[in-house]
Amino acid sequence: MDSRALVMARIRRALTDVPRTETPGEVPVERTYHRVHGDRTAARTVDLLAENLADYRALVHRADAPSSLPALIARLLADRGATSVAVPPGLPGSWLSDVPDTVRRVPDTAELTPHDLDAVSSVVTGCAVAIAETGTVVLDAAPDQGRRRITLVPDHHICVIRVTDQVVDSVPEALERLDPVRPLTWISGPSATSDIELDRVEGVHGPRTLEVILAGPESAGQS
Amino acid sequence: MPAFPQAADASTRNTQLRANLRHATHTIRAKRAAAVAELDDWSRLRAAGAAIKDRTLRHLDQYLEQLESAVTAAGGQVHWAADADEANRIVTELVRATGEREVVKVKSMATQEIGLNGALATAGITAYETDLAELIVQLGDDLPSHILVPAIHRNRGEIRDIFTEKMSQWGRPAPEGLTDAPADLAEAARLHLREKFLNAKVGISGANFMVAETGTLVVVESEGNGRMCLTLPETLISVVGIEKVVPTFQDLEVFLQLLPRSSTAERMNPYTSTWTGTTDADGPRAFHLVLLDNGRTDTLADTVGRQALRCIRCSACLNVCPVYERAGGHAYGSAYPGPIGAILTPQLRGTQSELDASLPYASSLCGACYEVCPVAIDIPEILVHLRERVVEGGPASVRGTRTVIKPAKGHAAERAAMRAARWALDHPRLLRTGQRLASRTRRFHPRRLPGPGRAWSDTRELPKVPEESFRDWWQRTRGGSGTGSGTEGRKKTT
Repeated sequence: MDSRALVMARIRRALTDVPRTETPGEVPVERTYHRVHGDRTAARTVDLLAENLADYRALVHRADAPSSLPALIARLLADRGATSVAVPPGLPGSWLSDVPDTVRRVPDTAELTPHDLDAVSSVVTGCAVAIAETGTVVLDAAPDQGRRRITLVPDHHICVIRVTDQVVDSVPEALERLDPVRPLTWISGPSATSDIELDRVEGVHGPRTLEVILAGPESAGQS
Repeated sequence: MPAFPQAADASTRNTQLRANLRHATHTIRAKRAAAVAELDDWSRLRAAGAAIKDRTLRHLDQYLEQLESAVTAAGGQVHWAADADEANRIVTELVRATGEREVVKVKSMATQEIGLNGALATAGITAYETDLAELIVQLGDDLPSHILVPAIHRNRGEIRDIFTEKMSQWGRPAPEGLTDAPADLAEAARLHLREKFLNAKVGISGANFMVAETGTLVVVESEGNGRMCLTLPETLISVVGIEKVVPTFQDLEVFLQLLPRSSTAERMNPYTSTWTGTTDADGPRAFHLVLLDNGRTDTLADTVGRQALRCIRCSACLNVCPVYERAGGHAYGSAYPGPIGAILTPQLRGTQSELDASLPYASSLCGACYEVCPVAIDIPEILVHLRERVVEGGPASVRGTRTVIKPAKGHAAERAAMRAARWALDHPRLLRTGQRLASRTRRFHPRRLPGPGRAWSDTRELPKVPEESFRDWWQRTRGGSGTGSGTEGRKKTT
């Protein structure tokens, strides 16, 4: 008997107390927990997202005014002294339009090695959805976000959230928007560890700085 | 490994360890309470989490078949391992097939349980632990002592010394003049491990959840080392216990709320990665899932102990346990310390060894572990159930076969006492004579028990024998009045 058959036979023997006719649906699961915790306006949800992101030491910025987004991204890269920036293939062109040409654009391609990426200063991406109650942004590797590794190896990640259609209140609301077939990366604050005497230290392996831009309707455009 | 009482006898004398643990467990339990209090539906989430796991466990065969099909359809390959040796053999062969001699590892309880690193080392393959705490443990040639923060028993000075002495033997040396500031230590780890990540061709992980419906695996972490191991290598091998499956993608809405708040006391952990098979040009090109039994089906066969398989390894029970806080994780002699270890280890491994037979006793039965468990595992109930199994023996499943196990050695005195008590209670006249005798001789009773009972009475006050037994008192005060003379009276007339 191969191990698959062996383990399956053991499971069936172990479950002799379960009636043969019982279906999984007959084991009750009451989903009486909340879909959303609290009752908020859309603006208040965005504020809560900003608060929770900041609480986990992400740097939060707002780009409400029309066309303020490119200037903000350019400034954040300059403040950081970035000499190169990883660019997902589907990033809206306007987002980097104010970034000077002296900052090298590194396109996200399959040929890019981890060593190449290690030499890149920053990365700019969009996101799939953001969760206010937990202060989380979720990336799903769509064209405006690129491969998983480009938001991992560089030390500085700028993530743009479109407040009009990408912010939800809760974890249940986020999951129903996501496609499980796509690789998902949920990010809540920068990389952190508490392994040394429970002192929280930002950044061990992932980006040590996470900057989140809450982009208003006119500034973000459509990706 | 010595039995828990001997191990704890040594570890409780280590004042540094006790101070570290006290600080850590008290800090984290206070934070956890605050994080949980933020959600006013916590008890409902907890009930849903328990129910989803129960549904899964009662139909585990179906869900595993569904999972296997989904993973395979998504480009992954599924392997089945009945025990630790087989899992280690499968992983070793998979690594060999890549031609690589080094692998990077995400922290994983399952691979620790099966001793994978040792097995790989025997085959000439070096496994690098990449979680900061696991790195500290590995470099220090040490064992983890906590599920969530495995190096909790080490303080910053010790960590600095370990890094300075050992990093150069494993790769990039620690920077000159390394201080013991946590930020500097984390930076040293970053530099040391980045070299490994960038060159890694094979990654090994566990998983927090597997979704049957979609074949999606989930890893929850903080540092990003998990993401590194899950996305940079060409081959990914995940070793996961069969109980980690959940039915649907939607079910993650329960566990992604329960787990971070229970374990690190955060609204959400910094990074969660999910993957479904392989994705073209993004992440590993080959994905292998090794499904591990290793005693889980034996646990499943026990209708009382089965609920231990709901465990999502949050470690909340460790942080509230007065016994863990004083004895430390190493005393439990297993990858799983604390209250969950005290019920899981003897079920996964059986109660035959002296250590495993002692674990159900590594508790004061205070119930705090049950209160904090996010999937409502009644740990005290299972502890008592396992104590009975240790003392009395009885039916159990061992490696998939129903059998009747013998009482564990070393519990003869307890068994003899229980037998004597049963006999005495079955003979009321004798019991009464004995009680009277005890009352009359109370002046001469020792303060400590002789022989094997001494260890017990060393730490306890022996109860005082009353001047008069309850039965005698009842007889004296009410017995003659004729108003219901009770069992004793009835017995006398028959």
